Amino acid sequence: MAGLAFDTIRGPVRWVARGAAATAGPAARIATEKRAAGTVSFEGVSKTYRSASGAVQALDRIDLEVPAGTIFGIIGRSGAGKSSLLRTVNRLEDPTSGRVLVDGEPIAELDMAGLVALRRRIGMIFQHFNLLSAKTVRQNVALPLVVAGVPRAEIGTRVDEVLRLVGLEDKAETYPSRLSGGQKQRVGIARALVSNPEILLCDEATSALDPETTLAILRLLRDINRRLGITIILITHEMSVIREVCSNVVVLEQGRIAETGPVWRVFGSPEHPATRALLEPLIRGLPADLSARLQPHPAPGATAVLRITFSGQSTPDLASLAAAAPVRLLQAGIEQIQGHAVGRMLVAVGDAGPDAEARLRALGGEIERIGYVAADD
Amino acid sequence: MSPQMIDRVWQALLDTLFMVGVSAGIAVLAGIPLALFLVTSGPHGIFPAPRAHKLVGTLVNGFRAVPFIVLLVALIPFTRLVAGTTIGVWAAIVPLSVSATPFFARIAEVSLREVDAGLIEAAQSIGCRRRHILLHVLLPEALPGIVGGFTITVVSMIGASAMAGAVGAGGLGDVAIRYGYQRFDTTVMTAVIAILIALVCLVQFVGDAAMRRLRAR
Repeated sequence: MAGLAFDTIRGPVRWVARGAAATAGPAARIATEKRAAGTVSFEGVSKTYRSASGAVQALDRIDLEVPAGTIFGIIGRSGAGKSSLLRTVNRLEDPTSGRVLVDGEPIAELDMAGLVALRRRIGMIFQHFNLLSAKTVRQNVALPLVVAGVPRAEIGTRVDEVLRLVGLEDKAETYPSRLSGGQKQRVGIARALVSNPEILLCDEATSALDPETTLAILRLLRDINRRLGITIILITHEMSVIREVCSNVVVLEQGRIAETGPVWRVFGSPEHPATRALLEPLIRGLPADLSARLQPHPAPGATAVLRITFSGQSTPDLASLAAAAPVRLLQAGIEQIQGHAVGRMLVAVGDAGPDAEARLRALGGEIERIGYVAADD
Repeated sequence: MSPQMIDRVWQALLDTLFMVGVSAGIAVLAGIPLALFLVTSGPHGIFPAPRAHKLVGTLVNGFRAVPFIVLLVALIPFTRLVAGTTIGVWAAIVPLSVSATPFFARIAEVSLREVDAGLIEAAQSIGCRRRHILLHVLLPEALPGIVGGFTITVVSMIGASAMAGAVGAGGLGDVAIRYGYQRFDTTVMTAVIAILIALVCLVQFVGDAAMRRLRAR
């Protein structure tokens, strides 16, 4: 058992033996070591909780494939089943029915020793960090290796390595209570990475952090994913987190999959009402003064206000937009998500002939006439 | 006070310290495992054993319900079995330990229960086995509370040891009753009370200091 876990932490060390970059820093060394392992599949996973007030169905036949090396986002409102789904991956919870496979292996069949071995291949970080207050940062990070029976010298090197990776090498002897939220989460990440896992589970990892720290932690996660090729599954209720780091996303609603796919597609053309509701805070609505002046019917000489929605199929071409009609840009929010332009533009079209609109339509993007404003405005 | 009396009080202090010290040691050695059992054997604990949990819980309550002076007498056959005698300091240590262990276990249990369930989960997620969770999570995290609970236990044991005179174990309480109360020797009574107050204050001070140190990290 100890031998098995020992092997998993040998990753970078084994790599050094291979050669050339042995002289480079630890980050560079880890960089080249990419793995194919780290797939998770959910097959018809259901989970029912029994409580005093009756049975609660937290998950309802979830079928999902998380490819190795991706950053996979799970999003949904509170109580949608995100946490339950995530926690079936390392069996902090067992599904009521259905099965979860890690690298093709059904994990429900593992015995205690097998489960411990599995958990050493899967790191996890938490919303409230869950660091041991009685241990120093170093002891916290070392714990997975200590309980795995790794030799002391080995632990020291490995802990230094991951602390450097998360940028906390100078806090090794500090107790967690003296750290800021962002630093605590970095310790959590270091602890999760110390046994060189192939999967990292993030349970609302940034929900307790301020926006700036959230960004820093997300960048760190993305960095880790790129350098180490670790599959990251993260749950959140903030769409901005998904947008920032994820490549794929699944939207959960009342224990079911509402929709899933590459982030740009789900963001560009959300189909399920739950997705739209979650996206709401990211979408800039009509400015209040404009919406007050907006009239449903054209008055003589009125200007039409159009909303053009880009859902990743095409990039707004401003030159041909201007050539198509006399347009004035009122508001725009276009983002690049994984190389796809996603967002909306609000334009006023001076001479609102039917031709102008047709020409605009030809540019790609979905056009919606939302009203008119009087010409004298 | 006559030199003999001073000598008697001094001897009584040593007896009290010895009785309380040994019993407190036993209470820790037996009480912590008992507390761990009470915390982890519940239906949702990491070593679920609901039936044993209920049985042990009831036993603990039973011992705690019996007044110490009654326990002292009721345990005489058991004391003879364990200590080989029913009088003297050792005869008092047995009932003192038996009474202090469930008391301390319940107090330690409260501290252990307060350890955040998230920490246990985090430990499981990094591949801790259950014994690792006891050793690396539950005990160290609950330690400040356990130390505080131990202080309370020792103070109440100093009080209980006053009754040890009933089995001829001596101690400060015994001197206070026999000389101070029965012989109307107010000086002895006052001296013994002063010593007891100082003793309790000292124990509390040391306990508080230890707890502060543990909490400061």
